[in-house]
Amino acid sequence: MRQPDSAADRPDRLARLFDGTKVMVTCGAGGVGKTTVAAALGLAAVAAAQRRVLVLTVDPARRLATALGLQGVGDSATEVNRAVLNRAGWSSRGVLHVAMLDMKQSWDDLIRRHAPDAATAAAILANPLYQNLTSTFVRSHDYIAAERLHDLTTSGDWDLVVVDTPPSRSALDFLDAPSRMADFFASRLLRWLIAPYRSRLVGAASRPFITVADRVLGAQFLADIAEFFLLFQGMYDGFVRRARAVEQSLREPTTRFVLVTTAEPLPSREAARFAGELAVREFSLGAVVVNRLLAESLRSPAGAQAATWLARNADEVGLALHPWADPTASSRVIADVAASYQAFRKVAAGEALAERSLTDIAPALFRVPRLGREISDIEAVADIARHLMA
Amino acid sequence: MPRSLLDRRLLFVSGKGGTGKTTVAAGLAMLAAEEGRRVLACEIDAKGDLALCLGLSPGRAVGFEPVVVAPRLATMAMDTEASLSEYLRLHLRIPFVRGLGPLARTFDFVADAAPGVREILTVGKLAWEVRERRYDLVVVDAPASGHVVSLLAAPSALRALVPLGPIRQQTGWVGDLLADHSVTGLVVVAVPEEMAVTEAADLVARVRRETSVDVAAVAVNRVLPELFTHAEEAVFDSLHATKPHGRLRELAGPGVDDVFSAGRLAMELRRTGAAQITALGRLLTGETLLYLPEVFDADGGAGLARYLAERLGEEL
Repeated sequence: MRQPDSAADRPDRLARLFDGTKVMVTCGAGGVGKTTVAAALGLAAVAAAQRRVLVLTVDPARRLATALGLQGVGDSATEVNRAVLNRAGWSSRGVLHVAMLDMKQSWDDLIRRHAPDAATAAAILANPLYQNLTSTFVRSHDYIAAERLHDLTTSGDWDLVVVDTPPSRSALDFLDAPSRMADFFASRLLRWLIAPYRSRLVGAASRPFITVADRVLGAQFLADIAEFFLLFQGMYDGFVRRARAVEQSLREPTTRFVLVTTAEPLPSREAARFAGELAVREFSLGAVVVNRLLAESLRSPAGAQAATWLARNADEVGLALHPWADPTASSRVIADVAASYQAFRKVAAGEALAERSLTDIAPALFRVPRLGREISDIEAVADIARHLMA
Repeated sequence: MPRSLLDRRLLFVSGKGGTGKTTVAAGLAMLAAEEGRRVLACEIDAKGDLALCLGLSPGRAVGFEPVVVAPRLATMAMDTEASLSEYLRLHLRIPFVRGLGPLARTFDFVADAAPGVREILTVGKLAWEVRERRYDLVVVDAPASGHVVSLLAAPSALRALVPLGPIRQQTGWVGDLLADHSVTGLVVVAVPEEMAVTEAADLVARVRRETSVDVAAVAVNRVLPELFTHAEEAVFDSLHATKPHGRLRELAGPGVDDVFSAGRLAMELRRTGAAQITALGRLLTGETLLYLPEVFDADGGAGLARYLAERLGEEL
């Protein structure tokens, strides 16, 4: 079992995580704070070094988006206002930009860039299936996020891109999206789909599919799908190439995944599962961030002792506090505070267990406490960044 | 009025990720079963968490075939390919060989390329279980807010996309069932935190606007108990002064500092939580609100779901 990092190691761990990293991907279940951790990593990355850093977020909370200067910005990178950073007490040696991934715009740009001509591009953009696919279809979000990431990291504009993964049903969808896309466009099945519409001859092999699809979905729908993919003809190879390049860049040693989780039972189980999936796919897990932890004060043996004693002796304590407070009131307060401590302590104990098992799978484990307030401004994100750097 | 929640036949449970949808869904299912109903609890994103919350051991896999976990309570995990296979077999009498050969992979690709296909196969299966009346109530551990709307809107979306064909005719009744407020309802789960509250309000608005499904209730989960009254708060504050605090340390040891610091955190959490609950009430006036307490137990899973079932019984 891995030993937890010693106190001496700590300030260096984040530096080591950034060292040699060009892409940092925050991943994890919904609701664990991926977006705020991604933003905090961005802040931390510009604090110590003269890096040009971009934080690419998807679907951030509205107030956080405003705080980071993202409102109405769309897809293009915007520098985080230096005055705002200074007010939050954050000094940065580097330059921090943020961008919010606009799915529809990213897909449209991709089509325009790679269509053989303007007419084809226009036809695709106007196709109702395309519009449906790119706006509501979640898997396409995963693919385009990976695609856009590849774009940004190969542009040479950034030393580090921190990217927050889309809120997929499974965090794995983001990882698998490029290869799924490549497989689909490279497959013979796609040709089967459109074969009847290219030639009158329906091959024996595709007949069963056409029968089922025709009866289940109706001929018009099939024709719509076929027309859609016919438009893509000539772009297939490009798609396959790009998708494979994107997937390859996710595997580079300069790409590190940061798994964000809380220490609660279900999310930490999912985190462990996810770490295994990363390993299977040969992606590099750089760190685990355990977020929203209860305070250290809830883990101290002295605290436990005091709480137990206070709970048992609340009445006597009330009397002993007599000159400074009413005995009845203070004994109740003492009893309540002790009981509350004991209740929260149980949760903290569970968190400590989860942390220990996460330490086993993490090259580095970062702990972020639960802040008593919402994360809706730069100050709060800066707080989190300080904890990561501690 | 809340009573009617469990008298419906199909309940979807959704909300922001991390708010406890799965445990609330499990709690509702357990409560309904204990009250004598035959219940099917279905997990849409087959992660195995619902099964755990219902008391199955971690190694036990649950698939498309329902597994009985308690008297009158069964659970299953959605599998859209299996759903299609069942549909073809039962309704169109076409054998569909699963997992083998090009047809299975083709399904995967078409289902990915054609939005709504997976969703209609999901709600179709759920609606079919309701119609078959093998269960009195189907409780669905649905995807998080961002994805559940497309699930609930699937019948109408499909109508728009597939103008003709047998599947369109065959799914009209699915849309009707979802739109029937005495049959189908959505329970939105939130926690007393800003993002969850905002997302819950957004979800309710979207469901109203884009689907015909009734929002049956909003469950505010993980509500912290009140630590102090205002008067007691003042007393607590006064005990921080040097003399009384020193006396406490003499009596109980230096750990008193930790106890008090944790007390301040608990107060702060309760205060911000209460403000969020008020905000939620304002955003969602007229909705049925259920309040579920925070549970200070390390185990999560089945014990938690059981506890929620009892609390839900009190709320409903």
